[in-house]
Amino acid sequence: MTRTDLGMPAFPPAAPFPPGATFPPGATSQAFPAFPEAAKEAVRDDVLRANLRRATHTIRDKRARAVTELADWDRLRAAGKAVKDHTLRHLDHYLLQLEAAVTAAGGTVHWAADAEEANRIVTALVLATGEREVVKVKSMATQETGLNEALEAAGIAAYETDLAELIVQLGHDRPSHILVPAIHRNRDEIRDIFRTEMAGWGRPAPEDLGDDPRELAEAARLHLREKFLRAKVAVSGANFMVAETGTMVVLESEGNGRMCLTLPDTLISVVGIEKVVPTFRDLEIFLQTLPRSSTAERMNPYTTMWTGTADGDGPSAFHLVLLDNGRTDTLADETGRQALRCIRCSACLNVCPVYERAGGHAYGSVYPGPIGAILSPQLRGTGSDIDATLPYASTLCGACYEVCPVAIDIPEVLVHLRERVAQGGPVTRAGIRVRLRPAHGHTAERAAMRAARLLLDRPGALRTAERLLARARRLRPRRLPGPGRAWTDTRTLPDLPAEPFRDWWLRERGTRP
Amino acid sequence: MRVALFVTCVNDALYPRTGIAVVRLLERLGVDVDFPAAQSCCGQPQYNTGYRREAEPLLRRTAEAFAGYDHVVTPSGSCAAMVRAHYPRIARLAAREGRGSGLEKLAEDLVPRVHELTEFLVDVLGVTDVGAYYPHTVTYHPSCHGLRTLGLGERPRRLLAAVKGLELVELPGADECCGFGGTFAVKNPDVSAAMAADKTAAARATGAEVLCGADNSCLAHLDGTLRRAGVPLRTLHLAEILASTEEDPLR
Ligand code: SF4
Repeated sequence: MTRTDLGMPAFPPAAPFPPGATFPPGATSQAFPAFPEAAKEAVRDDVLRANLRRATHTIRDKRARAVTELADWDRLRAAGKAVKDHTLRHLDHYLLQLEAAVTAAGGTVHWAADAEEANRIVTALVLATGEREVVKVKSMATQETGLNEALEAAGIAAYETDLAELIVQLGHDRPSHILVPAIHRNRDEIRDIFRTEMAGWGRPAPEDLGDDPRELAEAARLHLREKFLRAKVAVSGANFMVAETGTMVVLESEGNGRMCLTLPDTLISVVGIEKVVPTFRDLEIFLQTLPRSSTAERMNPYTTMWTGTADGDGPSAFHLVLLDNGRTDTLADETGRQALRCIRCSACLNVCPVYERAGGHAYGSVYPGPIGAILSPQLRGTGSDIDATLPYASTLCGACYEVCPVAIDIPEVLVHLRERVAQGGPVTRAGIRVRLRPAHGHTAERAAMRAARLLLDRPGALRTAERLLARARRLRPRRLPGPGRAWTDTRTLPDLPAEPFRDWWLRERGTRP
Repeated sequence: MRVALFVTCVNDALYPRTGIAVVRLLERLGVDVDFPAAQSCCGQPQYNTGYRREAEPLLRRTAEAFAGYDHVVTPSGSCAAMVRAHYPRIARLAAREGRGSGLEKLAEDLVPRVHELTEFLVDVLGVTDVGAYYPHTVTYHPSCHGLRTLGLGERPRRLLAAVKGLELVELPGADECCGFGGTFAVKNPDVSAAMAADKTAAARATGAEVLCGADNSCLAHLDGTLRRAGVPLRTLHLAEILASTEEDPLR
């Protein structure tokens, strides 16, 4: 039951990495350790935990306030869900409409079935311009495909221009948050990265750079300004694509995106096919819910929209690469498809108690946190250690569902994917319906669940078992063997009662079983 | 009014005192409560771990055991949430996959009659002052499924606030999960333990004598953590506090 033998879109191959090491985005999921192992490292890292706790709690509280301000939040949430569901149900129609509109406005549309194809298309487009440098902004899709590594292999340097992405890139690191990719870094660490690494990429950081946020931002601004003014080609993503007009929409806070999207001659946008919305008017919902959910702002500082090309204004060539990479397969799954509604606001990460302690890297993907736990095993399949353990990386506390601005029932999808891992079942891979076999390593659990159910389905036997347990109460061990050890490592077992409730009832209230 | 106690498998085997407390409390409030012995487990451990089909016979058993009762009361927000939020889905999928004849009807019939204890007290019986007495400082941890799936809201705290002698202190970060999560506690033990450590530290910092909850599974996890760390903070199910009276106080 590996991903490759089902013909899943492959990620660029990479050497295996030990847990805790830094590795490039887009590394194959086989290279990542199982979630519990990766999380174990993170839990032990006090600096990381403090960084994450401070950052997530601040954003989480602000988001709650920003959302409470809107009296019609629940209706906006329902409307966002409805628009996305409708679009996904008629995705073929809206994508074709989008293609026609973009083409009519002077853009060129490319279709990429998987990561490799997307990288090939973008690489060829850049090479055709004769340039060997690109500036990049706002693109999780190209992190998903591992575009930077593909470009590098073709002799093209890619510069991330989003401040946090820049920190990640300079630090030879991976993003650990959707919106704040360097959330795991504090000011000290960022200053050190700037001081040692900036010179190797372009304009160096000032000798005496301190850790004041304004100073750090200024150093980044000067470093990036040089890149913006020189770059002839930009690669971006998009938050939304409007089918009726062919308009692309990018929301951001820094203005670096605006530079990327307007200054270069050639703009290449790589966007997941689920990002389309039918009409311009639909944006009124998401332009309200996205900023409030992600940065807790009423409105984000920069919203850039462009429709194809315009003479003498902005890039003279525009290419849109529509990326599938497992999305159509995900769409085929009735329970799992709701993950495609995601607008990448990251609210679910900020409220997730598991994310807060495990950190983003443990999720082994560009999509961390609760959304990553349901998206990665669908886009990549459940064949690798990380993808088979992600559905269990949750207590099912439901905090993610509560804040999600498009009402994705993440716990429901997690349970659904657990079933796929533990029991196997029907799944679509590369457009073909196949039946997955249960994953390895669940045999004992499966037997235990079955035995428990058989016992629980026979109250007579259950009562006998309970009585035996009560009789063994003096034996209460400090450590349990097998999987139970994970309980007793940090927790004392409860005292066993002298008799089960049903015996008390029988004696005291006397109805016959 | 025929009322059945759905004690839950965890309470039956490990926390009979919670079941006994519910019986005493309801009888004190004039409710004639019955315990149908055919009940066992709602199937939540199976369902949440990915064994949906193993939960189907337990759905049938649970629904049949409580057939004919006007109300089914359970001292577990998690098990009530399992029935209310997930039974319809399990039954629907079983029917579609050609199994479990009649499960949909059984689920549909059961769901509206199942109440978590505080819902039954506040919404059905219409009481918040149940005449309890418990002269201690208490802080309350609302378990996630009661809080978010059932939307219990202020009910538990209103019931506690009305207890004579009881001083209720707010638990900072109360709505954050304690880290139990069923099999999560053993599949992701490090994160689970880190969450328990933070939750118990928050509870301890309130200065309360008792950490109260309405789900004994979460409390078993928190109590085990506290005891292993040697922290003298007692965990108690809400029902036991509400069952305590001046004549018959909980010790
Ligand atoms: S799943 Fe929902 S909350 Fe999480 S990033 Fe996506 S839209 Fe935001």
